[in-house]
Order: sequence, then structure tokens, then C-alpha cells
Amino acid sequence: MADKLKLGLYWAASCGGCEIAIVELREKILDLDAAADILFWPVALDFKYKDVEAMPDGHIDVCLFNGAIRTSENEHLAHLLRQKSKVLVAFGSCAHEGCIPGLGNLFDRKSIFECVYLETPSTDNPEGVLPQTSYQLPEGEVTIPRFYNTVKTLAQVEDVDYFVPGCPPQAPQIWAVIEAILSGQLPPKGSVVGANEKTVCDECKHNREEKRIKKFYRPHEIIPEPGRCLFDQGIICAGPATRGGCGALCPTVDMPCRGCYGPAPNVIDQGAALLSAVASVVDADTEEEAARIVGEIVDPVGTFYRFGLPASLLHRARLEVGG
Amino acid sequence: MQKISIDPITRLEGHGRIDIFLDEEGNVANAYLVIPELRGFEKFAEGRPVEELPRITPRICGVCPEAHHMASAKACDAVYHVEVPSTGKKLRELLYSAFYVADHTVHFYILAAPDFVLGPDAPPAERNILGLIHRVGLEIGSKVISSRGKAMDIVGMLGGKTIHPVGAIPGGVSKAINEEERAQIEAIGHELVEFGQFNLQLFHDVVLANKTYLDMILSDTFTTPMYYMGLVDENNKVNFYDGLVRVVDPEGNEFVKYAPEEYLDVIAERVEPWTYLKFPYLKKVGWKGFVTGKDSGVYQATPLSRLNAADGMATPRAQEAYEGFYETMGGKPVHGTLATHWARLIELLYAAERLVELATDPEITDPHVRNIPTEMPDEGVGIVEAPRGTLTHHYTTDEKGIVQKCNLIVGTTNNYAPISISVKKAAQALIKKGQVISEGILNRVEMAFRSYDPCFGCATHTLPGQMPLEVVIWDAEGNEVQRISQNL
Repeated sequence: MADKLKLGLYWAASCGGCEIAIVELREKILDLDAAADILFWPVALDFKYKDVEAMPDGHIDVCLFNGAIRTSENEHLAHLLRQKSKVLVAFGSCAHEGCIPGLGNLFDRKSIFECVYLETPSTDNPEGVLPQTSYQLPEGEVTIPRFYNTVKTLAQVEDVDYFVPGCPPQAPQIWAVIEAILSGQLPPKGSVVGANEKTVCDECKHNREEKRIKKFYRPHEIIPEPGRCLFDQGIICAGPATRGGCGALCPTVDMPCRGCYGPAPNVIDQGAALLSAVASVVDADTEEEAARIVGEIVDPVGTFYRFGLPASLLHRARLEVGG
Repeated sequence: MQKISIDPITRLEGHGRIDIFLDEEGNVANAYLVIPELRGFEKFAEGRPVEELPRITPRICGVCPEAHHMASAKACDAVYHVEVPSTGKKLRELLYSAFYVADHTVHFYILAAPDFVLGPDAPPAERNILGLIHRVGLEIGSKVISSRGKAMDIVGMLGGKTIHPVGAIPGGVSKAINEEERAQIEAIGHELVEFGQFNLQLFHDVVLANKTYLDMILSDTFTTPMYYMGLVDENNKVNFYDGLVRVVDPEGNEFVKYAPEEYLDVIAERVEPWTYLKFPYLKKVGWKGFVTGKDSGVYQATPLSRLNAADGMATPRAQEAYEGFYETMGGKPVHGTLATHWARLIELLYAAERLVELATDPEITDPHVRNIPTEMPDEGVGIVEAPRGTLTHHYTTDEKGIVQKCNLIVGTTNNYAPISISVKKAAQALIKKGQVISEGILNRVEMAFRSYDPCFGCATHTLPGQMPLEVVIWDAEGNEVQRISQNL
């Protein structure tokens, strides 16, 4: 092949699981190596930007960008890689919808810094030192990027061509996306790829009946009956509001879905959809009873928006003026 | 003063960069390992139901999510004062052992081995896992990929997902295994023990038989005596899942042995304004700056430190390898940073042997794997050995089990000061007045911290196995005088 596909993989604020997800391609890694030149892009700090900037625009055929936008550096790279890539893919839950680190949007920079650098009990910091974006050491200046108040998704800072959901995306789905890229069989811009048009419930092997919930249980409070729908048993499960494609893996070990594949098809707000699913199964005779049953649900925001707070209609908790 | 930046694509909570400052003579004045990223898990854990933290905290690290999953579940057990049934504990340890085999395989073959098998001066384009496979043959390459994959299959079987598993829950695990699953796990376990022995043989043949590499491992450039930390069982043998944390001093004498809930008596963390990551140190010795030795509270938590802090390995083949290790290296403790790779392979063999022990345990298929918590939740600490160091989760909740405070001391964080010191030492030894900084020298600096398998580096190495680096040198007026890059 004269011109191998130039594939870029880049990570912003992420955990590394998306890279291990690529390793989970296992033997197919060798096929990928044969079909594409894998380009790893440096973290761009200071002068590094110049190198990426020096590349011709559109030099990278497809860039799989994972990680959310947490710092100024993450955002800068998002802009740069957009410019240098023909196709920019938000790869994995962080880039797609903010993922678990997006729960940081319930707080702000100040409260996060105070917790991490001042309040945690092992921290010994009597002078109240906090990290500075620029600091003058005896030998010279050292810089670190600015930590934003708000976690953003890739699409909130740049134009994204495709979205691959999942925390992390599952290997067979990644391979399907790579095959689609290699064959040029990509769907219309803006599509979610590497998933399907169903919900997690549609893929789940547990038996579902009509739900009539008198009491919601937290997962550690109940040993569920094997093979029976967890939601039917009163354990909140994000399956009905979540896009399929993972293979409903968490329920295979009797643990409820928490929604990492993002909103189900045609759902705008995953949390609102799950809340509506919860409300519709409450078996109450009076409004007071309904309020009591729903009132037992702890941490609704952290449960219904576990993976998608930054991308949701809520986006974040209100910032104090000047915060 | 000149400033050299080595800009790796690295990760703990993100990325990393080494800034090296040269003095007027062109020698290294100082070196800083800067971590330019933070995500703030300790803060947004607040307000979450504590039983969800085993599913939330693994996103700190997708390379070792199993470690966070287990430390978090153990902290939850402590918060709820719930005893995990014996089989529940064993199933957690079984998953964890399989994970260790997979993770140590990734590190050795994808990160470390290219340096040794292909050589630190090999062209960067070849010095990676694919180059390694070309050199050692597709058969060995396939064996590595397949062994890692089978170990991950066990993680998936017990945890639902191979990355970010979900099976551990306060009071135990969510699902028991049946005889069919057990037999499958046992069969994989035997293959992994064989794989563990194969790795050590390869290390002997390729690395130890080559005098250049052996000299490098034993050289002063890569030798840094300090305190060593590791989890040990009741016989002071290495354990990854449970036990007490033991710390030995640079001479190898026990300094302290503590239970998880006592960690605040032993560990403190320092904040520096030029980086987002904190520096843990031994509280009773104190923070004395970036220096090692008996008077400095700097300690390391790595495969090497676990072997140094223990009296041996709890399985026979790993014990034999452990004895051979100290014999070759000239006694305990071993201070050579690069010996960490060898220690990692000994641990891999132990994990595989332990996996078989657990898979053949008569109670492993017992259906009683969970107890439902009944006590009032309040506070708890959970500790496991993550592959990259002792991992501590500490939660305080209200009476409903909603998290009020969360403190995390993550594997690699333990090693932040030692890695910084090792990097500076390597830079000082390798970058000298008038000497042209070749790519191979940069790689040797990088090797100093690669041996720690810092989590802010590992995932990024996945495919090419070689991190992109760039060095730019400025003169005193800030003009660029030289630029060297690799793998960009």
C-alpha cells in the first residue's frame, strides 16, 4: 500500500483506559499496524506546539481524541489537532460527554484546589502553597497549564466529526470503527459510531417483567435474584436510558448499568430520560408515598448523570460570581 | 542559564515533562519532573454514595483500574464494618492476581524490553513493541499478546469488564463462580505460570547474559538507596491484596509496619507550587528536599521496593527466583533502579502461581460471596499494592453512607520524589559539559523513570512503545541553539 492511513491517537484529561482499550484489540493490533501508521502526538507544552503547528493542515487522516477538556493545554491541543486532522473523532466517554471526571462540574477550581492541596488529612502544607501556572524557581521559570473551573467535552470546544462512546469503548466496537475508517464507509458527520441503535436493556440477558417498585435499593443493600432484571428488583439501572453497544457487560455480574455508553438513540438528556424511567415504575397509591419512594434515591445527580454531566442540559453546578 | 525540556507524553493524572536546567558550564544544575494535570477526584467523591466509589475511582487510572476498584471496595468494607466472606476475598484476590499478570506483561514487553532487547541506542522507530516482535519473532510476540489476553479474560469473567471492572462491592463480590468457570480459570492459570517462567528465562538470556546491560543495572547512575515500602502477609511475604504495609530503611531494617487505618501516622504529603502532583514522604523522618538516604523521608513503592520490604515470596517458583535475584545483585536491599524490571517479572510469576492456588482452592466455588452491611457507616481506609505502588483510599461518610471526605494516595504518587531524584541523577551523569546530547542519552534519562513504570507514562507507550521526546536547548538570551527529537 503506497499511502497507509495516518492515524493519530491523542489523550487530554483521561485515565489511560482508552489506550488500554486499544491494547484490548489483542492480536488485531498487528493487523492495525499493517494497515495504518499510528502516530502518537506529543503533549504540547511551550515549543511542542510549534512542531504540530508546523505540520500541514489535514496531515493526519483520522485523529482519535480521548479525554475531556480540563486544562488550557487540553483545549489548545483540541484546536491544534482539529486543524491538523481530516477527521476528528471524540473517542471514549470523556471526549464524548465528560465522563466521571465531569462530576468535577459540581464544584469549581477553588474548592478542588482547597480539598486536594489544603484539606486532605495527609497533606502537610502549613504555608498554604497552591500550584501556580508560572513559578520562578532559582534556576528558572517552570510553567503548568491553567486548571479550568469547568470540564468540557471535545465538541464543546471544537468541531467533531464522529463520536465513539464508552468508558472505555469495547474492543469489538473499536475494531468495527477502524474497519469502517479503512474502508471509507463512514456514516454522515456527527454520527455516533462504535455502538448501536438500541438501549443497553435491549442487549441485556436478564428477564424483564412489568416493573412495580415500592422500594429502591442501593446495590450493596440487596442480593439480587440471578437472571432477573435488576431494575425490576428495585436497583436503579441506567440501561433504559443508555445506548447499546457494550454488550450489557455490567449486568453479567449482577451489577447495574451506570450509563457509560451515553444517551440512548433519540434521547437528548440521559439523566432526564433515566429520571423519567424511574418515575414511571414507582408503585405508589398516593403522592406522599411516591415522594417517599423517590426520596430514598440518594445522589440523583451523581447517579443519573454519572458519565454525562458536562454534555447534559445541566452542564454544571452554578458558579459563584467571579468564581 | 540553559533550560532543556524533555517533553514526554505521559500520564498519572495526565501528563508529564522534565525540565533540566544547565549552569554556565553546561552541567546539570537541577532537574524537575513537572506533572501538569489534575482532575480532582478527592473533591467530587464528596456527595457520592460510598458504595459507588469502587465504580467511580477506577477512572483515576484506566491502566490499573483493578487496583482502585479493590482499594475502594476494601475502604467501603471498613466504612460499613462488614466482614467479607472468605470466598468473596479469594475471588477479589483471584481477579487481582490475573490483573497483575496482565499489567506486568504490558509493562515489561511494551515499555521495558525494547530498551534491553533492542538496546537503548537502537533507532526509536525500531525501539518499540513491534520492533521487539520483529526481533524476537512473531511466535513470542503472539505468546505475549495471547497470555495477556487470557489473563484479562479472567478479569472480565469475574468483573464484568476487562477495563474498569465492577464486581467488588461493600461486603464482598457481586457474583460467585461455578465449576465450569473455575476450571477455565485454572487452565489459564497453568499457562500463565509457564509464561511467568518463560519471561524470567528470557530476562536471563537476553539481559543478564549481556554484560553491558548487567553493568548498567549495577551502575551508580541508576542506583539510589532509600526507604522501601510494600504490603506483606503475616509471614512478611509479598502480598498484593491484603496485609500490613512494611517499610524498610536503606540498610534493609524494618522501619515501620502499619495497618491501613494507621497510614496518617506514617505518611505525609508535600505541595510544591510548580506541579499539580504532591510528594508523599515518611512523616517521622521528614521532608528534607529531593535527597535520598536514611535522613530523608523519601521512599519508593515499586516491585523492587516490595521485594526489598518483604522476607520472600509466598509461592515456590517465585521464591526461587527471589533468592536468585538477591544472589546475583549482591544481597538485600537492592538499590539499582533498573533491577525493578527483574523484580517485576518475579512478581508476575508469583501472581500466576497465586492465581492457580486460588483457582484450586476448595471453597472458591462457594456461593456465599457477599455479606450485606448492617452497621452504621462512618470511616474506613483500604490499601492494596497497585503494580506501581502502595495505594491508599480513605473515606469518611455520614450515617447514610454519603461521602463527606475522601483522601487518596495513588501508586505512582509515592514515587514522585524518587523518580525526580533518579531523573536528576541520570541527567547529571549523562549530560556533561561539551557533550552533544544524543537521542540515546535522552533515552537513558527516560529509562531512569521508566523503570518505575510511572502511571503518568505507561498507557501512552501502548503501541509504539516509545514515548515521543523532544529537547530544546536555549542559550542565556533565550535563543534556540539545538533541537533533538525522537518519535515525533
